[in-house]
Amino acid sequence: MKQASRRDVLGAALAALALPGANLRAADFSGRVIEMLIPFKEGGGSDTWGRFNAPYLSRYLPGRPTVVVRNVPGGGSITGANRFAARARPDGLTVLGTSASTQFPYLMGDPRVRYDYRDWRVLMAYGTGGVVYVSSRLGITDHTGLARIAAEPLLYGSQGPTSLDLVPVLAFKLLGLNVRTIFGISGRGAGRLAFERGELNIDYQTSTAYLRNVVPLIEQGDAVPLFSWGTLDGEGRLVRDPSFPDLPHFGEVYEAVHGRAPSGIAWESWFAFFTAGFPAQKLLVAPSDTPDDIVLAYEDAVRAYRRDPEYLAGKPAALGAYEQVTGAAAQTIYELATDVPESAIAWVRDWLRDDFRVSLEG
Amino acid sequence: MLEALTAAIANLATVEHVLFLGVGVVLGLTVGVFPGLGGIAGLSLLMPFLYGMDTVSALAMLIGLVAVIPTSDTFTSVLMGIPGSSASQATVLDGFPLSQQGEAARALAAAFGASLCGGLVGALILTFFVQIARPLILTFGSAELFMLAVLGLSMVGVLSGSGLWKGLAAAGLGMTIGSIGAAPATGEFRITFGIDYLYDGLPLVVVGIGLFAFPEIIDLLRKGRPIASGGRLTGSWANGLRDLVRHWALCLRCSALGTIIGAIPGLGGTVVDWIAYGHVVQVAKDKSRFGKGDIRGVLAPESANNAKEGGGLMPTLLFGIPGSGAMAVFLGGMVLLGIEAGPAMVSSDLDLTYTIVWSLALANVLGAGLCIVLARPIARLTTLPFNYLAPFMIVAISFAAFQATRDLMDLAALLGIGAIGVVLKRFAWSRPAFLIGFVLAPQAEGYLNLAAQFYGWQMLLRPGVLIILAITVVSIFLGARQARRGPATVLADGNVSGDGAAGGTGAAGGAAAIRAAGAANGSGAPVDPRPQLVFVALVAAIVAYAVASSLQRSPLAWMFPVIIGIATLLACLAIGGLLAFGGPGSKLNFDAEQASGTAAGSTISAQFAWIAGFVAATALAGFVIASALWLALFLRLRAGAGIVRAVLLAAAASLGFLAVESLLVVELPRGLVQVWWGSVL
Repeated sequence: MKQASRRDVLGAALAALALPGANLRAADFSGRVIEMLIPFKEGGGSDTWGRFNAPYLSRYLPGRPTVVVRNVPGGGSITGANRFAARARPDGLTVLGTSASTQFPYLMGDPRVRYDYRDWRVLMAYGTGGVVYVSSRLGITDHTGLARIAAEPLLYGSQGPTSLDLVPVLAFKLLGLNVRTIFGISGRGAGRLAFERGELNIDYQTSTAYLRNVVPLIEQGDAVPLFSWGTLDGEGRLVRDPSFPDLPHFGEVYEAVHGRAPSGIAWESWFAFFTAGFPAQKLLVAPSDTPDDIVLAYEDAVRAYRRDPEYLAGKPAALGAYEQVTGAAAQTIYELATDVPESAIAWVRDWLRDDFRVSLEG
Repeated sequence: MLEALTAAIANLATVEHVLFLGVGVVLGLTVGVFPGLGGIAGLSLLMPFLYGMDTVSALAMLIGLVAVIPTSDTFTSVLMGIPGSSASQATVLDGFPLSQQGEAARALAAAFGASLCGGLVGALILTFFVQIARPLILTFGSAELFMLAVLGLSMVGVLSGSGLWKGLAAAGLGMTIGSIGAAPATGEFRITFGIDYLYDGLPLVVVGIGLFAFPEIIDLLRKGRPIASGGRLTGSWANGLRDLVRHWALCLRCSALGTIIGAIPGLGGTVVDWIAYGHVVQVAKDKSRFGKGDIRGVLAPESANNAKEGGGLMPTLLFGIPGSGAMAVFLGGMVLLGIEAGPAMVSSDLDLTYTIVWSLALANVLGAGLCIVLARPIARLTTLPFNYLAPFMIVAISFAAFQATRDLMDLAALLGIGAIGVVLKRFAWSRPAFLIGFVLAPQAEGYLNLAAQFYGWQMLLRPGVLIILAITVVSIFLGARQARRGPATVLADGNVSGDGAAGGTGAAGGAAAIRAAGAANGSGAPVDPRPQLVFVALVAAIVAYAVASSLQRSPLAWMFPVIIGIATLLACLAIGGLLAFGGPGSKLNFDAEQASGTAAGSTISAQFAWIAGFVAATALAGFVIASALWLALFLRLRAGAGIVRAVLLAAAASLGFLAVESLLVVELPRGLVQVWWGSVL
């Protein structure tokens, strides 16, 4: 144990020497307080994520700064992100934990948004996945049965047309399912409860919630899993989710239903919003003019604490199976999530207006 | 079940467990006495320490904290009329008038005794209820939840008494203001006046404080005497416990009510205390003292709201769905500790469930016991000269309001709602009715929208819906019967306290004053209805704007506010008509400014200006600097304190806030000065 950690330190030191520029001015946070701004209430997913990471950042950043989580809820995270954009300085002492709900309004051009992802640098990215499941009363056992129930009215509960739930709603449309979307579910947990009550018969949950709450329903014979959303490989291609290797990903199901590989503007729009919503769900960012040494300090800290035995022990419960990534991997999904083609955004706006008569003006 | 129960008792009875539970309780009480901070701040404060602790001890600390959240905020509700959280809003109604009559210690002891009763009865019920909770909770669909919201709204009838039109209009205004922000169905924004802050709607804490605490502070500032009118305490805590014993059946009923309603996910605890309060008013034979300091009005909501926390454990443990903010953090803590909510909590992990349920009960005993001991010394606050206490209360409610969203707009909203509260009080419009409308509007709209989509008219055939409908009809019938019996038997138009205390022990409460307004009070001059007419017109204008703003959205987003708006406009029309043509002796016609002769002394607007001045100073110089300067100024000019004394007191308060800021990682408002300083650095 001791041996390994000494080797780690040595390795890290060598790596730091090898990197050009990194040793010119090393970041040092001795005696400083770092504020991690979480734009959500205490107790939610983002808060749990932030509070899980804070002590490790504190332990592994150079100079062992105190890292505090500051919750600034409001506007579905817009308030906190706006405040960060207006106030944060490029000194690494204020960082922001964003979520899909910070990215979606940005993409959709919500008038309240006064932040721009192009003004930020990503320090760490953390993604998740999700699984779509249906009621066993529909009589199908996997996604191949979808054709049989194409005419069957399915009910899905959405938190709102512009919420993260636009990803599943659009997915159902792409599969040609006869899904009636019920708007106004207060959260994914409430959606699952309505499913358990029999008010809804198709639902999805993010990976951890699925493992925790839906797998028991499947074991009881009440629910049937159909497919996962999938996840992105190093080049940004949709592949099977390693947490659910036995379930096909959404692209496979699309191909099975339509008999051809996914393509077209509707698919591209789905893919763009899926990426922003799932593989790049949580991002830790700093202002874009933050110096390299500070960014590097954060990246090194994350890389180092990912091997911390305590972190490894606590992670499955707090974060699930997915890895928190930094560097090039984080940059790739950051760009995929925030650099969505204008055409895809326009298509989604038109779709929401035509199918749900929802206007996005303030 | 028995086996699990014995295992749970074995877990509970260890020294270590009780110790950590006690630490949680003390921490929860310490944080909880700050209005607006509540237990959630304490919980998130505790979070970092939970990593690495062993499960049982960490869980004990968490539970200790959660249990005392509805206990500790009773102090400010009863003593100062500041509802620190939604759990203590109904308590203010009778608790604060009791303080004004010098019976603070008695009211507090009764409240804590009731909390204790609620906690214990809740745990007892849950021990058996947990076996059938899962299927029972699943029978509560969106239709039943909608009907529960309607039941809550029907309490408006009970709480507005004889001034039914005014009660309806107040509730309608509350519902309209509660509809501000995103429509539950579509997420479209309405009634936002183009202000970003309003996109989320107004925070409940700000509305509660603005409606109840704000007008009382203004009122007391004008009179300039201690909260306890005689300047001394008369009741003792033993009296409070005697009240508890005398009304034991009421406490048992309200505890059971709180447990069951608290267990229904979706409504959370927001209606529990109002339903309990409505219940006690309905069943009481002598209703004349409600709103003026009836101890039953303290016992009912307090026993219900502690029981509610236990009930709230059910959806949290069995479905992983938290019913309240505190439960959300509790669930977060459970996840970190590796305890998984779900069906296993009633089967293989039943012992853990029992440990949690009974730890909660034990924590209630510890918390309430500690509070009862503290009740008497803390109650002395009400005997302080008000000009000394008031500035600190104003700073405290600003601090509490700011914790709602940590935005300076919270303070602006406090001023706005405070102004509404002052006027509602002056014209005897029911403030509880306003608050119930505000709380339940989003719930009613959201669940109606879901129920209509799921069931359509079929929802009226569901047995659960029919049962709640029947209860609602009975409740409305009882309310209507009270209204017919005339003003003397009901809550004085929500006239929570001021006038009651003005008449010594409350003999000249609002309702009595209404009758007597034209004839007995003053020199027999008739009440001029014109100020009231202006207010009615203002309410109508706000509601009309809300209707117009909503109509620009899709049908699912405008339907509810427009229907409520039209109903409110009709009520306004009725009030306006009665005021204009009903003659000066009309029951509706009431104006505290003309009735009670308080116009002597300083005006409402002068007090308002002081508070607004503090808010403006905060916006300019930030909370710490503003509170130091403003407190010193107030103490010197208004309380007549010597310069040294004023400065020392102000400095002590500011240092206290600085300590709270750094110890609890709480944020304080920043002003232009800090923003400028930040950009210079």
